[in-house]
Amino acid sequence: MLKMIVCMKQVPMVTELPWDTGTGSLKRDLAEGMMNPACKHALEAALRLKAEHDGHITAITMGPPMAEEVLREAIAMGADRCLMLSDRKMAGADTLVTSYTLARAIEIFCPDFDLILCGCHTSDSETAQVGPQLAEELDIPVIAYAEHVQLGDGSITIRRVSDNFLETLEMDMPGLITLTTHNYVPRYTPLAGLQDAFDEPNILIVSADDLGLDEAMTGIQGSPTRILDVFSPTAEKKNIVLTGAPKKIVEELFERFDDRIGSVIRKDLKVDRQSHG
Amino acid sequence: MAEKTRSIWVFGDYRNYFQNRVTLQLLSRATDLAQKIDAEVCAVVFGHEVDEWVGEYIAHGAKKVFVTDHPMLKSYSTDLYVALMERLALTYDPEIILVGATSFGREFAPRVSKRLKTGLTADCVGLDMNEEGLLVQTAPAFGGNVLARIVTPGRRPQMATVRPGTFQEIPHNYEAAGEIVRVPLPANLPRDRVRLISSERQPPREQKIEDAAVVVCGGRGMGSRKKFRNLYDLARILGGEVGATRPVVYSKWAEEEALVGQADKHIQPKVLLSFGISGAIQHTAGITNADFIIAVNKNPNAAMMKMADVAIVADANQVCTAFIRELKRRIRS
Ligand SMILES: Cc1cc2nc3c(=O)[nH]c(=O)nc-3n(C[C@H](O)[C@H](O)[C@H](O)COP(=O)(O)OP(=O)(O)OC[C@H]3O[C@@H](n4cnc5c(N)ncnc54)[C@H](O)[C@@H]3O)c2cc1C
Ligand SMILES: Cc1cc2nc3c(=O)[nH]c(=O)nc-3n(C[C@H](O)[C@H](O)[C@H](O)COP(=O)(O)OP(=O)(O)OC[C@H]3O[C@@H](n4cnc5c(N)ncnc54)[C@H](O)[C@@H]3O)c2cc1C
Repeated sequence: MLKMIVCMKQVPMVTELPWDTGTGSLKRDLAEGMMNPACKHALEAALRLKAEHDGHITAITMGPPMAEEVLREAIAMGADRCLMLSDRKMAGADTLVTSYTLARAIEIFCPDFDLILCGCHTSDSETAQVGPQLAEELDIPVIAYAEHVQLGDGSITIRRVSDNFLETLEMDMPGLITLTTHNYVPRYTPLAGLQDAFDEPNILIVSADDLGLDEAMTGIQGSPTRILDVFSPTAEKKNIVLTGAPKKIVEELFERFDDRIGSVIRKDLKVDRQSHG
Repeated sequence: MAEKTRSIWVFGDYRNYFQNRVTLQLLSRATDLAQKIDAEVCAVVFGHEVDEWVGEYIAHGAKKVFVTDHPMLKSYSTDLYVALMERLALTYDPEIILVGATSFGREFAPRVSKRLKTGLTADCVGLDMNEEGLLVQTAPAFGGNVLARIVTPGRRPQMATVRPGTFQEIPHNYEAAGEIVRVPLPANLPRDRVRLISSERQPPREQKIEDAAVVVCGGRGMGSRKKFRNLYDLARILGGEVGATRPVVYSKWAEEEALVGQADKHIQPKVLLSFGISGAIQHTAGITNADFIIAVNKNPNAAMMKMADVAIVADANQVCTAFIRELKRRIRS
């Protein structure tokens, strides 16, 4: 039996989060959540491995209670069991601490795993750090940006593109891979499945105490990175502002900058005033 | 001159050298930072027969280069390189380690930071030192509307990754002197748990948009895929290329090749036309070298409008259509 773990994060559905410049805070409550795209591809890769080999999938997420939605979706897609790491103490974790927390949960609840699958990065903060750091924490090898996965005997073969090289790599198991979104297009999840997933979800809620987390390594307190401040970049130029009807604007633009544009495209854009209408 | 007690390290990422100059760019930035805290700039090189790169790094500002040269290190290996870096860092205790955000760097840096139990800031667009001597790492936050300044106060080294193209390299100086510290391969190196079966260099990507003199960039404000197609007509008449923002690429209005920004392409057109783009930092990070920017946006306060030379407050598609018409008229006449 191939025992797999898929780590997934809930991210806001929009790429541009509503930012309240008045109070300087993020209107997170306005943003609807979804399963991070690369995590979904990772789950799809796991599901295909499960279909080919006798497999079992545990989906794990760390996040606020609302993040449970992504686990329900995972079950609807075909995950067997879920762990929901949710605790105020875990909030504000940077990637070092996130990977520490995920590793403790894995050691306690699925210590005999063969393969961990992560997304290559999230769409909200996109550090791409959690996968490699989780592997390091568990002392297992990692291959990031995998595009194609094939199971061997005690090992796994990966194809990926890395800095302009097309590579084929073989990795010992247990190990960790992170998946891109180039391949393993996630299956369509029927609504009926989702409904079932909402009725009796096999989701275990886990707290910081359940994991016996070291407080000095948990949440915002334990995170080595500190945000000093957040500011809006203002690269203001002294510029020309044109308003009005598009046709008039464009005419004015060419009146003033015909030379500038013309010299770049190597065309004479001047018109004599007569032909102007 | 007294030996400097502090050092700033740059990981020597030489694979794919001609397309990837990020190590040189980081050495340049490290040189500025080192002056502020009286530190020494060091490069770290692992591999086999790497003297060429050692020389390059000294010519680009490294005062010291740590080198481990061994046939076992011939191809990039995360397991081995991480183990080597950990030992070196524990021995020499650098203040700062900077790593280029290449595919390899992204696998390597997080694992090194984990071993050293220290923070790592991803994709910095700015690096500076503050009065307390801390590395202030500026990174885009919350979708790029804002920047966050991040520090790692309590742990050492302070680690950051930086995407290629973020900083400018300094011109090389082959007269520059640098110390070379040869570090032998440790005897008890761990076994590599990943084996390279095959590796094939891909043909270098065409750099059309990177080199184009005119780029027409479109964002979500174009409204629809159909309207977005108008930008291609405009670009054709101008002899330029079309660029796009991420939402546009996600919605498949444009090919992924067209994506402009921090994540991918840095462009340097003489004229940049920007249509319906808000100007999030992840996008504008890719256009800082544009000479002359004309931006069209309904919202005069959009960040993109603030950084434009000419800001046109109007509907993006209507201006595009008028632009095409006016160009045709003028080229004909
Ligand atoms: C704008 C912004 C910038 C940030 N910059 C940094 C920074 O530079 N350095 C830093 O240390 N922290 C940073 N953080 C904190 C960081 O976002 C969190 O630690 C977060 O929990 C994980 O990082 P990520 O989303 O970048 O994940 P990535 O490393 O991009 O995620 C890769 C994969 O790891 C797995 N994964 C990630 N998070 C979880 C989770 N919560 N539960 C389960 N699986 C997960 C998923 O499989 C995911 O696909 C930043 C946060 C924000 C909002
Ligand atoms: C980690 C990360 C990395 C990213 N990397 C990149 C990257 O490399 N490249 C990139 O582009 N983005 C990137 N993004 C996304 C980036 O943050 C922005 O979300 C994106 O650039 C916004 O694209 P946009 O300007 O097209 O859309 P929006 O922000 O939605 O802006 C649309 C603009 O159009 C204007 N508008 C609307 N209607 C009209 C109209 N009829 N006429 C004229 N104007 C109109 C609006 O006023 C608005 O200013 C990244 C995001 C994250 C989180």
